[in-house]
Order: sequence, then C-alpha cells, then structure tokens
Amino acid sequence: MSEIRGFYTLWLREIKRFYRDRTRLVTSFIQPLLWLVIFAAAFSTRFLLPANLNYQQVILPGIIGQTLLFTAMFMGINVIWDKEFGFMKEILVSPVSRFTIFLGKMVGDSTDALLQGIIVFVIGLALGIPISPITFLYALPIMLLITFGLVSIGLVIASFMGNLEGFGAIQTFVNLPLFFLSGALFPLKGGSLPSWLVDIAAWNPLTYGVDALRNVTLGSAWTPLQIQPLWIDIGVVALFDGIMIIVGTWAFTRMK
Amino acid sequence: MPAVIETRQLTKSYGQLKAVDELSLTVESKEVFGLLGPNGAGKTTAISMLCTILPPTSGSATVNGFDIVREANKVRKSIGIVFQDPSIDDRLTGRENLYMHANLYGVPASEQKERINRILKLVELEDRADDLLRTYSGGMRRRLELGRGLIHYPKVLFLDEPTVGLDPQTRDHIWKYIKELKETHDITVVLTTHYMDEADRLSDRIGIIDHGKMVILDTPSKLKDTLEGDVVVVRANDLNALSGFVAKWLGFTKNTIVDGALEITVRNGRTVMPRIMELATQNNIYVESILLREPNLEDVFLHYTGRNIREDTSKELHGASAARRRAIR
Repeated sequence: MSEIRGFYTLWLREIKRFYRDRTRLVTSFIQPLLWLVIFAAAFSTRFLLPANLNYQQVILPGIIGQTLLFTAMFMGINVIWDKEFGFMKEILVSPVSRFTIFLGKMVGDSTDALLQGIIVFVIGLALGIPISPITFLYALPIMLLITFGLVSIGLVIASFMGNLEGFGAIQTFVNLPLFFLSGALFPLKGGSLPSWLVDIAAWNPLTYGVDALRNVTLGSAWTPLQIQPLWIDIGVVALFDGIMIIVGTWAFTRMK
Repeated sequence: MPAVIETRQLTKSYGQLKAVDELSLTVESKEVFGLLGPNGAGKTTAISMLCTILPPTSGSATVNGFDIVREANKVRKSIGIVFQDPSIDDRLTGRENLYMHANLYGVPASEQKERINRILKLVELEDRADDLLRTYSGGMRRRLELGRGLIHYPKVLFLDEPTVGLDPQTRDHIWKYIKELKETHDITVVLTTHYMDEADRLSDRIGIIDHGKMVILDTPSKLKDTLEGDVVVVRANDLNALSGFVAKWLGFTKNTIVDGALEITVRNGRTVMPRIMELATQNNIYVESILLREPNLEDVFLHYTGRNIREDTSKELHGASAARRRAIR
C-alpha cells in the first residue's frame, strides 16, 4: 500500500514539474511542425511509395516516434538535476523500494513524453494528413509502450552520470542513431536501401515501435511495407521495456 | 534510559583512509546528542551509516532496535533526516514537498492534512506554504526541511550541520525550533556540527570526534569542568610588569600576553579578580578592563585534539558562515 502511494507521489511530481515548465510545452509544437511540413515537402518525391500512401502519412508515425524518443531521453536530465540539487537523496533514503522509485519516475516521465506524442498526432491531423482519427485510440497504448523503454534508457544513463554536460553529449550519441536507424523518415522495406542499413535497423527497438504505429494508423496500406506484423512489433517493444525496467531498477539500486 | 542508537566498532574505510574508525557509542532515548568535530572528522560518514545511506565496512549498529544493514527499511521508517546540503524540490510548493514526504513515508492519507498543517505552524511557514520553493530564502528552506523530517513521527531525527551557511539570526531561529522540538515531541535528536556554540547550546551530551575516532564523550558542563580553570583577561597599561607581579605575589605562573591582554589561568576566577585589581592599584598600574572567561567548548576541543577547530579549511566556507569566520579571524 505504501509502495503504491510512493509510486503515485513520484509520478505526480513528474507531471507537476512538466506542467509548470510551460516553455517546453510551447516549443514542443515547433519541431514536429518543421519535420511534417518542410522536410516532408522537400523529400516527398525521394522515396518510392505505393500509390495509396503519401509521404506525410508515412512520416507522421515516424515523427511521433522521434518526439517520444527525444522527450524520453531528455527526461534523464531530471535525474541529474535531482542529484545536483540533493532532492534525489530525500527519495533514496525513504522507505520506498528502489523498484518503486524507478517505476514512479519512469511512468511519470513516460506520461510527459506521451503528452508530447499526442500533441504531434493532433498537429498531424490539423495539417490534414489523411489518417483516421479513430486510429488515435489504438496508437495511444502503443505510444506509451514505446516510451517506457526509451525513458528507461535516459534514466539508466543519467543514474550513472555526474553532470549535465556529460549527459548532453551521450544523449546525442544515443538519440540520433536510434532515430535515423528506426525507419522513422523512410520505409525500410520495398526501397533500394543498402542491406546493411536494414540489418542494423532490425536491432533497433524503435524500429518496431514506429512500425507498430504505422501498422495501426495506416492499416492495410502499410502491410506490404511493414517490418513485422503488429503483434510481433508489440512483442518486441514489450520485451525491450521489460529488460529496461530490470536494468533501470538495478541502476537505481546502486545509486547512492 | 534505554538506548535508541548503539554502535559497536562501526568502521568505514576508503582504501587506506578510515573515515570512521571503530566508533562505539550509545545514544539514549530523548536526548539531544551532539557530534562535534572539524570538517572531515567523520561526522557525516557516521551519520550516513546510521541513516543506511552508506554500508559500514565493519562493525555494526542498531537504530531504534533495528540493524542498519539487515533491517535498513525499518531503520528508514524510524528516522528523519535533515541533510547537510539542501534536498528539497524547488519547483514544488512547500506544502507539496511535505505531502510528497508524507506519501513516501506511508503516513496515512487521513492524517496527512492535519499533520502537515501542524508542521507548517511549528516552523512558521503557514503563509508561504503554497509558494514555490524557489521563492524561499535559505533559512525558510532549512525550516521546511526541519519540519519535513518530522512528518512521519520519527523516533530519531538526524540533523547534519543544520545551520551551516545561515546568518546568525536564522541560526538562532533554528536553534529555537530544535529546543522546542525536544520539549514537545517524543524524539531523540542526533546533531552534527562544527560550531562549538551550537553543540554547547543544544546538546545534552557531546561526543568529540576527530580522525574518525571518538575523542571524548560527556555533558557540555562536565567537558568544560575537565579543563579545570577559568581565564582572567586583563587589559592594562603595563602588562609585562603586571605579569611579573601576578606570578610573584599571587603565585599565578600560568599567565601569558595574548593580543594585547594578559590571560591568567586560575582555578576560581571570581575570587581572584579583586586580588588582581588590588595588586595593580598598589603598583600604580592602570587597568583598562578585566573580564572572566569561563572555558568554552573551543578550549575543550583544543585540549583533547591539540588542534583549533577553526584551523581546518572547509569546503562549505561560503556565504554568511564564511563572513562570520573571517570576522572571527
């Protein structure tokens, strides 16, 4: 019971801090807009797509995945702030278990990242990208599932880092490869991509997250290009989440 | 009285360095126990082990009857901690910080509101409770942390350097709360400090710790008694002559001239002062001032460690405390 309350209060803290950071909420509109409008316009003719798909439709789930990734990784900074300003100590000496501490922070940060993802989805609809709004309901749990693992990466790295500068550098090292190698900006299949690129992408958990989002938002139009059927995508992402939660709990247990 | 904390040969080593070296001590229920020592003496390391933050290298300890290694979680529920460094979330309000703490420590939801209101009243932050922490002054933050440590009704409250970096007025304020706490709560307080006056004013018993070892442990007054001696400080126009007369006629050979004043160590200063005045008048020495200095903990510390506590360069020499110390030097 007290573990549940501990979880709730840690979750609530992340939400409150996020909500109070208005500037970040506002700026979060800008980046996806640039990708969806400018990048999509410039590159729409570069990729061979079936006649029933346009490039914006394909890139929207990719940009949602990118937003989830970047926001999730950014959340690791909170851990470093907490260490720097001492608040982490207050949490770590409390009777709440490290598993609960990790989970509370992770789900809280994931909720924040999810909100950012939702914003991108809404922007996509507002731009008139032909995606059925009802698929939003299917996409929502998948988005959450994707963020769990990604937030965990950020938290694990942050738990090992002592300062913000170091975290910033490592964050870029993780963010960009995961983003570019996930097929977020182009279909991995059915094109003329070099096979090494496709092979590496197969090891990227985000590849399956983005594929799952395309499977639900684009439906049968995506089937010829899909990496895996939806249930395998979800299985891979869930497996990754499970592993990262174990790693994260371990990382938080060894944190002083 | 029953023991609330017991340590047996508690040791923490970092390689060759023994930060805490076979520390054995007993803290009794409801006392304020002062752990006094210079920076780097091992105070925070000792406290960290008792708070289950650091595992001991060897030895053992119990807090509230629970082993600090095997029953760490029960120890955590029994204690409140005010860390040396700030540990509050400055993007939340004071009240939110307190609610968070109450939830982390499993305070029943039905009692939270009332307890938090009472704590806010105790530390006089009721009218600022719903402001973000970042708008609080250093002293207000400290008060909130002090109050926060009490919400879950701990048996032992650890205060690690509670007034470092605060201005004298705020220190007075904090001291007042700690004293009040002792009178109104069923609680044992363990306090670390490198301020002599702080340990003296608050503690029932004081342990002086240096190089990780307990040098001596007693009540403040008994510690001062062990020095056996007051110091009479005389300012006069001819100190050298007075020094000679005092030694010759009164037999006080333990006298030295320090900073333009004659310091005479005697057993009972109050009865000696008139004799010194008499002697000076008879020999036409003009006395500007004469005062009695009873031994303070500073002298005790010097006596037992051979070092002046303020000689240590410290990492937290900043803000008000640094200014204070510069003024003292």
